[in-house]
Amino acid sequence: MSTVPASVAVTQCLALSWRGIVKIRRHPLVLADVVLGPAVFLVLFVYVFGGAIDGSTDRYLQFVLPGILGLMTLLATMGVGVALCQDLQSGVFDRIRSLPTLRIAPLVGAIGGDAVRQVVAIAALLGFGTLLGFRFQTDALAVLAACGLAIAFALSLSWVWVLLGLLMKDAQAVQGVGAMLIFPLSFASNIFVPPGTMPGWLRAFVEVNPIRHLMDAMRGLMVGGPVATPVLWTLMWMVVFVVVFAPLALAAYRRSTR
Amino acid sequence: MIETYGLVKRYGGVTALAGVDLAIGAGKVLGVLGPNGAGKTTAVRILATLLRPDAGTALVGGYDVVRDAYRVRQVIGVVGQYASIDEELTGHHNLSLVGRLLGLPRPVARRRADELLDEFGLGDAGGRPVKTYSGGMRRRIDLAASLVGQPRVLFLDEPTTGLDPVKRGEMWETVRSMAARGTTVLLTTQYLEEADRLADEIVVFDRGAVVARGTPDALKRRSGRQTLEVQVADPARLPEAAALVAEVAGSEPTRDATTGRLSVPVADSRVMPAVVRRVDEAAIEVTELSLRLPSLDDVFLALTGHPTTEERIAA
Repeated sequence: MSTVPASVAVTQCLALSWRGIVKIRRHPLVLADVVLGPAVFLVLFVYVFGGAIDGSTDRYLQFVLPGILGLMTLLATMGVGVALCQDLQSGVFDRIRSLPTLRIAPLVGAIGGDAVRQVVAIAALLGFGTLLGFRFQTDALAVLAACGLAIAFALSLSWVWVLLGLLMKDAQAVQGVGAMLIFPLSFASNIFVPPGTMPGWLRAFVEVNPIRHLMDAMRGLMVGGPVATPVLWTLMWMVVFVVVFAPLALAAYRRSTR
Repeated sequence: MIETYGLVKRYGGVTALAGVDLAIGAGKVLGVLGPNGAGKTTAVRILATLLRPDAGTALVGGYDVVRDAYRVRQVIGVVGQYASIDEELTGHHNLSLVGRLLGLPRPVARRRADELLDEFGLGDAGGRPVKTYSGGMRRRIDLAASLVGQPRVLFLDEPTTGLDPVKRGEMWETVRSMAARGTTVLLTTQYLEEADRLADEIVVFDRGAVVARGTPDALKRRSGRQTLEVQVADPARLPEAAALVAEVAGSEPTRDATTGRLSVPVADSRVMPAVVRRVDEAAIEVTELSLRLPSLDDVFLALTGHPTTEERIAA
């Protein structure tokens, strides 16, 4: 049985990821989603709630920016499921598979396009946050590590979206279910406020919420604080996501090609 | 170039293909004819390596579609029922993307995209996103995308469904020119006329099985006979004419009293002149006398016992 030569496989993955980038360029709306959405979110949270929550909008900005950065990567990663679902419905998926391509090329393409979207979104939000007055308390390497961790976390979570994208009938349903998962997980965490004033049962949930560990790790890397333990917890959750959802998603993928 | 032996595909309790054998040589056009749900698309998807058969084997270009899917994909082009192109991308990008996926270097992929856009009359539209294209343009860009790799075998799944007659004619021309260049084409269709016009050989699918196969002419002959139609000017003389036709043709004609028309199946070409002589001798005035070849619709009805989808919808 012959397979794709390695050099061709690389070309294929790059070409499919490039497709995702071109779409961002051509599609002002996608860009708005990725760049403008978080910026609006940041402005609203900082200037509407910031003073009430933290007594000062500037202090709250220092607290919430790493949070919104994390939330954004989680939201953006839904795009993987949406893109995959669209490709399946539109027949693009079939087109790719009827060509002598790497078997998982369509998946790699969706995830690769997403990674690019993430980088664009993070750069835009960090730039905008800095304009508003956000200041890193650590060094550039730590900030890069924080961004890398957020992207890696989102990518490990993207297996969940791959699974949903393959199982669900239309892209809007994927988005709907995604929002239903992401919003409770992100609000019932320490993204927007420290969980100190939450009732006990909710605090217990925040304790085990994987997003909380990601947040702790990112704040530690961007504005200072403990790093090692939250990073380890985050990495552990990433392993869990991959170990549980990657095989399920790949099984669904194989089933969809039968 | 395409051979299948006993292809079976089941979806849950439903049997989509119940042991299908197909064969078509290089450079020929095979027409797969059948109503909706007959299993045509399932067969195409198996041959295009998009589905695995539950039983049986299929070879395309000499390669097994399951064990050697990669090699099969190198020789085929597939056009599905719905345009499988990225609506957000331009026509040119869709084509060059396929070129890149085939492993062509970027400049070669771009050149190939230009060539195909020109060939399909999309040169001006190449820079626009496909979502701005009309239905006919989408079909053409979709077909162009499946030709980037210069496939030796082309699968067209209902390529003209939903196209107006002019666009349909253009698609037919394209298929003919592909075949003339030596491409083997497997074409599914619900349009009997389409299979008749394009195919070297036709297989008729019904409920997942091949119910007939042969050249269009052979199939038409199989439904048997031609039909002699006699239009009598004076309806009062219809019984008299009917008796006369029955005597010559050897079987009772069906009569339509309101239109004054008789029709009877005939096997012998001498029947028609004989009928002409007899009605003339009897001085029955006939306004129309014709010998009609069976249409593929007649063939379909004769082979499957039920009419084609279009006729069912019409009825």
